[in-house]
Amino acid sequence: MTRARTFKRRPKPMAIRVMTHVAGILVALLFLAPIVWAVLATFKSKAESGRPPLPPWPTEGVSLANYRALDDFGAGLLHYTGNSVFVSVATALITVVVSVLAGYGFSRFRFPWKSSLFVIVLATMMVPFQSIVTPLFLILAWLGLQNTLGGLVLIYVTLQLPFSVFMMRNAFDAVPAEIAEAARIDGVRGFRLLIFVLGPLVLPGVASVGLIAFLNAWNEFLAALIFLTDQDKYTLPVLMTAVRSGRFGAIDWGAVQAGVTLMMIPCLALFLTLQGYYIRGLTAGAVK
Amino acid sequence: MTDQLPPIANKVRKRRKRKPEWAGLLYIAPALALVTVFFVLPVVMIVWMSFYNWPLMGAHRWIGFGNYLALWRDHGYWNALGFTFRYTIFATVGLLGVGLALALFVEKPRPGVGLYRTVFFLPVVIGFASASLLWTWLCNVDSGLFTPLAQKLGLIASPVNLLASFDTAFWSVTLMVIWKMSGFYMIILMSGLQSIPADFHEAARIDGATDWQRFRFITVPLIRRPLALALILSVTGSMLAFDQFYIILAGGPQNQTVTAVYWIFNQSFVSFRLGYGAALSVVLLGILLVLSLIQLRLLKDPEAKR
Repeated sequence: MTRARTFKRRPKPMAIRVMTHVAGILVALLFLAPIVWAVLATFKSKAESGRPPLPPWPTEGVSLANYRALDDFGAGLLHYTGNSVFVSVATALITVVVSVLAGYGFSRFRFPWKSSLFVIVLATMMVPFQSIVTPLFLILAWLGLQNTLGGLVLIYVTLQLPFSVFMMRNAFDAVPAEIAEAARIDGVRGFRLLIFVLGPLVLPGVASVGLIAFLNAWNEFLAALIFLTDQDKYTLPVLMTAVRSGRFGAIDWGAVQAGVTLMMIPCLALFLTLQGYYIRGLTAGAVK
Repeated sequence: MTDQLPPIANKVRKRRKRKPEWAGLLYIAPALALVTVFFVLPVVMIVWMSFYNWPLMGAHRWIGFGNYLALWRDHGYWNALGFTFRYTIFATVGLLGVGLALALFVEKPRPGVGLYRTVFFLPVVIGFASASLLWTWLCNVDSGLFTPLAQKLGLIASPVNLLASFDTAFWSVTLMVIWKMSGFYMIILMSGLQSIPADFHEAARIDGATDWQRFRFITVPLIRRPLALALILSVTGSMLAFDQFYIILAGGPQNQTVTAVYWIFNQSFVSFRLGYGAALSVVLLGILLVLSLIQLRLLKDPEAKR
């Protein structure tokens, strides 16, 4: 294939190939620059953080003062990071459990109204969450879940469901029917069939669903802003807007960038290690 | 599919078809419960609430179409919608343009292409809140990057506060969104580009088609579906923009950058007029529905009609 191509096509001159890469590298640097700039600037001293970040790296000695300043805010950095981790991990776990069960149910069973119920689950995607926040606020209050991290988790899980159930149903559909039939003949049915036979076969789908649920919950802002009213309950994005509004009028930009760095690092690390699952989930979700 | 199965399996399948398997409902029950409580119920409620005067404290009162009449005269809302449309147009053109350019660049296998794809996609995975806070700092006139850098390079004589006037503020936010999201559209369009058989381009090349002609008459028609999908995602996402305008600009300067969702947020959760906020949401939902229907027509292949 490649040989046939190079045979037919005139090889591009060296100069053009070099120019393409020079342009590519410049654009890539443009995409990377804001992230790198922010991360490097967090290690500046307090005095240096108030000045423009030129150059981006610390020139007066590396310091962790910005992270310490952020830690002094409210109940401490560990507390708020804990809130964010709890919300994201719980969202990922519950999303995986609920969507694996539902995907299995939709893929392997026949019952009345199955397709209409499937459409209702997918319809969640058509009505954007931003337009139903007002009633959600009241429903959480009725359930006694207003201003709780648990209530936020349930809403995040619901937001993830259309994509996740769709993804898991397709994963179960892709398992050859013969495998399930063979297990059935051996007497493995129902829940045991799901856990021991089919489960291992749909693990890649589970990884995509869990990863995307985690990242979306970690980064979500509007629901957290509306549904969490106590400062103790804040997740990192809401906390950081509070830090940004500043105390006594002065904004501590160093602390803000320290927070931004803390929020970005898990996303970047997870993406770089599990890139394949992320892109697969994204393209599968996009083709809906 | 069924023909290939051995006769016994076939029989099993047929028998199962007649008898409903209620256990399936048990498996989908948790998902259904969540969707009912946190999606179906709120959708019904939003319509119901929009006919009430509904303060946070105290009793709610039926006022018929009162909220919709008030909404009709609410200049703030129509201005916000107008601004949201404007933002949607510029953001969508920018996102699809840059996304397509990046997709064309990273589509063909060449050395280092995986690295390019990863780098262009990186801003997508960081959240909108992080990206907005980062950009607020970069745009700051005293402690940020853009103004001092432009001054050092001699592009401007005196400091310019990017976030103080409408045009510069608008473009700062729109550029942030293009930086953050174009990698996403790159991936969607790239999968479309890669599905075009290489022979098509070879044949056109042999027939003497120029690069532009091949792009216009082969590439564009064949990535119609991913392009339409990208369009729908970008229009819907931009019509619902909130985080970046709330965090970077707080609606300023002079409340000129309040988006539709931002206005609903203010009415519902700052002024606590929950019924009125519901009516505003119903109107926004209607607009989104109409926009999606128009775009779904674009998704349809005109060739299919012939």
